[in-house]
Amino acid sequence: MSGAILRLDDVHTDIGQYHILHGISLNVPEGGVHVLLGRNGAGKTTTLRTVMGLWRARKGAIVFRHHDITAMPTPDIARLGIAYVPENMGIFGGLTVEENMRLASTTGRFDDERLGRIFALFPAIEKFWTSQASGLSGGQKQMLAIARAIVERRELILIDEPTKGLAPAIIRAMIGAFREIATETTILLVEQNFLFARSLGRGVAVIDDGRIVHHGDMAALASDEALQTRLLSLSLAEHQ
Amino acid sequence: MNALLDRVGGVYALPVILAILAFAAIGSTSTWVTLTAAGLAMGMMIFLMASGLSLIFGLMDVLNFGHSAFVSFGAFIAASVLAALGAWLAADSVLLNIAALMAAIAAATAFGALAGWGFERVIVKPVYKDHLRQILITMGALIVAEQLLLAIWGGTPIAVARPAFLTGSIIIGDVAIEAYRIFALLLGLVVYVGMYLALNRTRIGLLIRAGVENREMVESLGFRIDRLFIGVFMAGSALAAMGGAMWAGYQSLITPALGQELMIIVFIVVIIGGLGSIQGSLLGAILVGLMTNYVAFLFPKLALASNMLLMMAVLLWRPYGLKPAVKG
Ligand SMILES: Nc1ncnc2c1ncn2[C@@H]1O[C@H](COP(=O)(O)OP(=O)(O)O)[C@@H](O)[C@H]1O
Ligand SMILES: [Mg+2]
Repeated sequence: MSGAILRLDDVHTDIGQYHILHGISLNVPEGGVHVLLGRNGAGKTTTLRTVMGLWRARKGAIVFRHHDITAMPTPDIARLGIAYVPENMGIFGGLTVEENMRLASTTGRFDDERLGRIFALFPAIEKFWTSQASGLSGGQKQMLAIARAIVERRELILIDEPTKGLAPAIIRAMIGAFREIATETTILLVEQNFLFARSLGRGVAVIDDGRIVHHGDMAALASDEALQTRLLSLSLAEHQ
Repeated sequence: MNALLDRVGGVYALPVILAILAFAAIGSTSTWVTLTAAGLAMGMMIFLMASGLSLIFGLMDVLNFGHSAFVSFGAFIAASVLAALGAWLAADSVLLNIAALMAAIAAATAFGALAGWGFERVIVKPVYKDHLRQILITMGALIVAEQLLLAIWGGTPIAVARPAFLTGSIIIGDVAIEAYRIFALLLGLVVYVGMYLALNRTRIGLLIRAGVENREMVESLGFRIDRLFIGVFMAGSALAAMGGAMWAGYQSLITPALGQELMIIVFIVVIIGGLGSIQGSLLGAILVGLMTNYVAFLFPKLALASNMLLMMAVLLWRPYGLKPAVKG
């Protein structure tokens, strides 16, 4: 398919002896926010980890632009321009905020103009620049994790449940930040919070039990209450 | 107890507290100073051996039971180089003395780095992420290395020559401190400061500290941890061999069993200090060095047991050691 920045084609992933992904096929078009919805344990995190090469697909293909990344080592995948914000945020607590940010820069240096924009999006990053990251609050850590993913312009950012456990005010601030980030890069967002997902997403796919059970436009899903009820009772029953 | 300790400098106050307790028990200032100097010197040599092991585990979760082979080889290579340079050692010129000593330490360290590279590629690389096989294969490698040691140097103890300028003691009032101990202490400090700067002031150091915390995240940011790990493994092995070389000069009589004997202490130090942190290794090494020397004087029969007790006490109090690296 043309226009897709990331394509998964019949991807099967095992964790240990368990067969977790049962043939995921997914197209992420270039630009904007695309959402992967699904209830707890559906396989969202496993899908993102498989794209990053942190789990290995046993079968199927993962193509990023024209690169087949199915068997590529994780660092090489990252160097193609994919950033990953894991569910646990992956903050280095023993390092300072600055050191966390510096690691995400391939050269170890910062672009001042870009850094200024990041500070404007997430003032806490500037405020706690020289503090040890372990001392940040949950919301601040999440902001650092996202800031780290945009220290340099990436082609694609994979973000795993950024709103989990955050206060509504922080979530609202994050919507603005995501909109701005999505103007220069493509975001694949894993979410369980439908309101958050709906306000951002262009495309949406719903995953259940290691399979894609629906995909289409977010607008269509947002306006079709019957479909929402069917899919979201499936995907979000445990959360509402 | 924790709050009180934090007010006097946290866990770093422990060696000072130990030294004060020992002072009260020993009673004689000159004996106490001698024992303390011996403990610090021993601690610095153990630190050289322990810090590499700790980082190797911290970065890749690799349990290397073969680490002591680098200590033994370092000791024997240094002894051979010193023997070959006997004329320089005995010479009146301090410069020649130092040259011989440096050559011995450099030879051992270079061997450690090279052998570490081969060991990592051949023995360790195939068993990343598999602790049971790591233990089995590195122990197997250790047995092979010990047989090699026997085949090359034989089983009888070997006398190690000491450079003339480090033979005597430095006497201040009624206190005598062996010159070699001061040398060991200084060299250990230099290595510690070097490591500290490398870890805290360089980009490679930043990557290592981050990798100890969360290997996957460092890879997700685009860095090859496996390449970084080879470097850390080589450096750790080189430091172990350097520690062995220093130890050979300290003991003046070495046997092939030296690596194994030291390894028990090294493991105790790594566990007390906390895996993956060189501050922890230094703290653990100093505590164990002091403890060994004080107890050997006060209750000679309890020297090794005292370290085991120290380890158990620390683990009951802080299950991850005194200064563990943050794990993500
Ligand atoms: N490390 C693991 N070992 C075994 N099973 C796992 C592991 N991680 C995830 N799983 C299983 O895989 C399934 C999908 O998990 P995950 O991708 O984390 O779901 P989601 O992110 O959608 O909540 C779940 O059934 C979960 O129990
Ligand atoms: Mg998940």
